[in-house]
Amino acid sequence: MVQHYLSLLTTAIFVENLALAFFLGMCSFLAVSRKVDTAIGLGFAVIFVLGITVPLNQLINQTLLKPGSLAWLGLDPVPDVSFLTYLFMIGTIAATVQLVEMAVDKYAPKLYNALGVFLPLIAVNCAILGAALFMVNRDYTFGEATAYGLGSGIGWALAIIGLAAVRERIRYSNVPAPLRGLGITFIVVGLMSLGFMAFSGIQL
Amino acid sequence: MTKAEREVLLDPLFNNNPIALQVLGICSALAVTTKLSVSIVMSLAVVFVLVGSNVSVSAIRKGLPPSIRIIVELTIIASLVIIADQILKAFVYDIWKQLTVFVGLIITNCIIMGRAEAFAIQNPVRLSFLDAVGNAAGYSLILLVVAFFRELFGTGQLLGFTVLKATKDGGWYEPNGMMVLSPAAFLLIGLFIWVVRWKKPDQIEDEFHLGHLLEPHEVSLLR
Amino acid sequence: MQASPLRTILFAGAVCVVCSIFVASSAVALKDRQEENRLLDLRSKVLLVADLAAPGEKLERDRINQLFENNLTARVINLETGEYADDIDPVVFDQRAATQDPARSEIAPANPAKVSRLPDNALIYQLLDGDRVERLILPVQGYGLWSTLYGFVGLSSDLETITGITFYEHGETAGLGGEVDNLNWQALWPGRRAFDDQWVPQIEVIKGVAGPPESDPYRVDGLAGATLTSRGVTNLLRFWLGENGFGPYLDQYRAERGIS
Repeated sequence: MVQHYLSLLTTAIFVENLALAFFLGMCSFLAVSRKVDTAIGLGFAVIFVLGITVPLNQLINQTLLKPGSLAWLGLDPVPDVSFLTYLFMIGTIAATVQLVEMAVDKYAPKLYNALGVFLPLIAVNCAILGAALFMVNRDYTFGEATAYGLGSGIGWALAIIGLAAVRERIRYSNVPAPLRGLGITFIVVGLMSLGFMAFSGIQL
Repeated sequence: MTKAEREVLLDPLFNNNPIALQVLGICSALAVTTKLSVSIVMSLAVVFVLVGSNVSVSAIRKGLPPSIRIIVELTIIASLVIIADQILKAFVYDIWKQLTVFVGLIITNCIIMGRAEAFAIQNPVRLSFLDAVGNAAGYSLILLVVAFFRELFGTGQLLGFTVLKATKDGGWYEPNGMMVLSPAAFLLIGLFIWVVRWKKPDQIEDEFHLGHLLEPHEVSLLR
Repeated sequence: MQASPLRTILFAGAVCVVCSIFVASSAVALKDRQEENRLLDLRSKVLLVADLAAPGEKLERDRINQLFENNLTARVINLETGEYADDIDPVVFDQRAATQDPARSEIAPANPAKVSRLPDNALIYQLLDGDRVERLILPVQGYGLWSTLYGFVGLSSDLETITGITFYEHGETAGLGGEVDNLNWQALWPGRRAFDDQWVPQIEVIKGVAGPPESDPYRVDGLAGATLTSRGVTNLLRFWLGENGFGPYLDQYRAERGIS
């Protein structure tokens, strides 16, 4: 049983890394990866948000949105509101991010300043919505959703911290002018994701 | 069309491309570019949502209470995406199947939210409309270029028609497997940026420019 | 400009109402069309495996329905006993819904295809010629690399050979695992043998190239660059053709026809 959750966790972190395998959350991924400190801060914020929103969305999906889930209303035919999935998912995400923002502002004001606009931008970070949608797609249970949420967050954080570390180093390299900054970052991420593909052969 | 309007419409193609310069909308650009047909449909969906969103936000900008600004924008965007998804599912079912979760991810496509916040909330409807068309075109340009190379060199086909006959179908071309994998999209965009900035040296950066996304006092925090 | 709380709430309410009207109307108006698309897609896939449609042939909607209704019979079977469950109406039976419903399904035994739940009953199709079953079309599913693949496999009336395979839903990588949709690959399947002399499923998607069906009946070419998807196909076929899947039904079927 524990093995099942552990394997979900590991798969979410390495094999199905949201940033490097599915390319979700790219905007903040590329923009906030200039310094390792801010990358760590954003990484932890994302872990927190994912760890909360994926299980929360699972509950909502389970009780409200899945076709057939509204059977407890007792209506016949059972209404199907699955087309509202996107709205509910993004709603819980926006609300959670608002709460996280208030918490960070209160308890870690330096981080709050460093992250700037990218903290509220977590709300539209495709990684958060993407993880929720994958969870719906694969129909996870509550426990699986929690493991998956935490795992995806850790994976994304790992990827952005790794990229920040590489980019800090590259600043002193001889990159051709047109490639400097954004261009070389894209190429580095391409190579990183190629590297992470090595994990796809792992069978857990 | 006035000069200002033309600028708004055409700038996002090369001068201020949402993906290559503004760093917006990357996620879906990478994942759906394995096939040209899918990319075309995705581009059309983004045009639909971006235009609808910019026009709606611009239309209500004067009466919109500031405290609920972002949530209202998100609601409008999410609703438009749901409508687009329903239309795709009804009229191009095969392609809809291949797009899976990525249509939903248009909601979080930073271009949509980015343009709503940066432009539509402060500009009249007509200009916002043009801005939406321009940015959607800039986004589509990258999508179609990347998809063109990925499908052509990755499978030897374009839009399902065989251009380079693959060995597994009895031909001569050994498809480049890496093109079909996701990292290739990144490398291709990196190369696209290289070419654009070689032609337009004013885009070369010594620091990573995010001015459009940050308040002035935040830019210094990047250093 | 600070808006009064009342105005804020009214505005928010107005936005919600307008958006919901648009969203709900589009969902309701298009629902029938979408359901029809889904059904047509499924039916055309079944027709493909039943050899009633040529690979790559684009059929008109009416033709699909006509071919399907005239030639194929849907039957519900009980997976555990292998007997026909004719009290369940095949037209309304939804195997996927049953699989999710704890009252109509159970947890599957551990298996490499990662099939997590088994429905009590399954929906199969039979190609009938008068009273004789010409072909069996069985639904199969299992995990590939990124997603669960859902498809159909066709068996000849004597269960000796596979008549075809197709997948109507999956999320595998386009160009790699997604090549399960490649008609040239699917064309390698007719004539292969699924079972050995003890009726144990032996069919395998290998790494590399297999010979023609006459000399290499148990193996099919692998998908280049898609080892895990290929392995997934092997696993899902062996699961569903084996004792945990349609095994009991196939035993009954053979007993009825005196095939040993």
